[in-house]
Amino acid sequence: MKDFWRAFRRNRLAVVGGVVVIVLVVLAAFAPLFSPWDPNRPDVKKILADPTRSHPLGTDQLGRDVLSRMLFGARVSLAVGFVSVGIATAIGIVLGALAGYNGGSFDAFIMRLVDLMLVFPRFFLLLAVLAFLRPSIWTIMAVIGLTGWMGVTRLVRAEFLALKEREFVVWSQAIGASGYRVVWRHILPNAMAPVLVAMTLGIPAAILTESGLSFLGLGVQPPYATWGNILNEGKDTIEIGWWLSFYPGVAILVTVLSYNLLGEGIRDALDPRLRQAAGRVATRKG
Amino acid sequence: MLTYALRRILFAIPLLLGITFLSFAIIHLAPGEPTDLMAGDPRLEASAQARQLLREMYGLDKPIHVQYWSWLTRLVRLDFGRSFSPDGRPVLVKIAERLPVTLLLNIVELLIIIALAVPIGVLSATRQYSLFDKVTTVFVFIGFATPDFWLALLLMILFGVQLGWLPISGLRSMNWEYLSFWHQQSDFVAHLVLPIVVATFGGLAGFSRYMRQSMLEVVRQEYIQSARAKGLAERVVIGKHALRNAMLPIVTILGLSLPGLIGGSVIVESIFAIPGMGQLMVQAVFERDYPVIMGNLVIVAVLTLVANLIADLAYGLVDPRIRVGRRR
Repeated sequence: MKDFWRAFRRNRLAVVGGVVVIVLVVLAAFAPLFSPWDPNRPDVKKILADPTRSHPLGTDQLGRDVLSRMLFGARVSLAVGFVSVGIATAIGIVLGALAGYNGGSFDAFIMRLVDLMLVFPRFFLLLAVLAFLRPSIWTIMAVIGLTGWMGVTRLVRAEFLALKEREFVVWSQAIGASGYRVVWRHILPNAMAPVLVAMTLGIPAAILTESGLSFLGLGVQPPYATWGNILNEGKDTIEIGWWLSFYPGVAILVTVLSYNLLGEGIRDALDPRLRQAAGRVATRKG
Repeated sequence: MLTYALRRILFAIPLLLGITFLSFAIIHLAPGEPTDLMAGDPRLEASAQARQLLREMYGLDKPIHVQYWSWLTRLVRLDFGRSFSPDGRPVLVKIAERLPVTLLLNIVELLIIIALAVPIGVLSATRQYSLFDKVTTVFVFIGFATPDFWLALLLMILFGVQLGWLPISGLRSMNWEYLSFWHQQSDFVAHLVLPIVVATFGGLAGFSRYMRQSMLEVVRQEYIQSARAKGLAERVVIGKHALRNAMLPIVTILGLSLPGLIGGSVIVESIFAIPGMGQLMVQAVFERDYPVIMGNLVIVAVLTLVANLIADLAYGLVDPRIRVGRRR
């Protein structure tokens, strides 16, 4: 752990990324305190007002304050990121552990399922599913989580395949520990490092996906502000109100960039050998 | 080679069945159905009857496995059914109209990505930690983090609205019919510039990164040292010996990232109002047009599988050590 901190602190970009992530979480958690205006209160006298001192990032076509809407939007983006990655990781750990520990036909089946999901354009599948669900923040979280577990499954399975042959596992089996106990107490804790990295890199990918869906109008619905749907509204007014389509994008960019830097920093600090093994940087549309 | 390709195609069939059954099940088990939109206000009595009629007409009242089976048997005969939207045209016709544009966009995008990413990756690997390498690394991280729809909006504001250099929507200008042949072509290309730039941007970041990584690993190998030791020019060592080997993982990654690239065209086509598959998909989603959504999923899945197959076969061509399906 001490080595980890020393290695992590030496990577200045990763530290910056971590600090930005913490700042974002604080801003989102205390959004009502930091927001100068009510994010959902329209003001007909200030429609599409330029950025001024009272509205630092301008107002939208209903006269709502863009800064306040973005602060509240941060809650949605971060929450979707955390929860959907949590769902994906939970599924990935269970399936990966079962497949890796048991092997055999179950393992083969799970791996074919992973191949099947990976080969499919996930964004099309997301759209198809969302067409028939009432779009809300919960369905978005569930759908992104349920279509994003393949990477973690592969990682956990690979770790289990390697770890189950190690002495400490074989010995604990020899003294009669139950399979459940072996998996839960002995193998899983040793397999968590790459999972942690994959989670940190999975959050920005989920945030990008959510904002893309909200931008298309299939994600979180108005009046709830998200960075994606503010941009969606900005699309219609690019000729008059550039600020509406500029700042939310900057917010997404900074968030995703910080998480990626943080994730890569954690990975390199945990184990330089993981460079190749652990998940890649968040790719577009997972 | 041929038997290998055939075997791969046979393996793809259960994969395709799995994908279609999965999406069919999800779509049909989810609450809400197309008759919600077609039959009008649910509080009216007439609409309840209309809804029942519609259900029977489209077979939505039957159990899901019956629906899937009848959909599948029609699919084998290439009958994708008719669209639920008011025009009621065959799904296959609707998709066929839109496929060429999407294919064109994706192929041009891929060619540009490869043409740029390979030299960028090679240069930043052979000059590791140089200024060029650092600049491209920054570009890569920003490229990963930039939402493509936001980039599209910025470019639209800059080149479309502020500068007025490029058209920002559709594939043709209003006065297209009155232009001469060559002006029509240049008009078409001008409409494609921004969409292709946006579509290329993110993929370029990823691929130049992989290319750099792969090249860095290859130049450490012993056969590169021996190529240098026997006095070959650096240009030959890098351009011939290293490059071919460094390209190998790229071909695999190319196959793996195709679903993402194709998915990206949904957003690009929606923003720039390009009448392609992605836009059709989004429209169908808003209209809950089952046959069009399922048709789209099948076509996209088949395209991805075919592209993966091509990538695998290309692997055999690039790597002299792999001879697919030939026994020695």
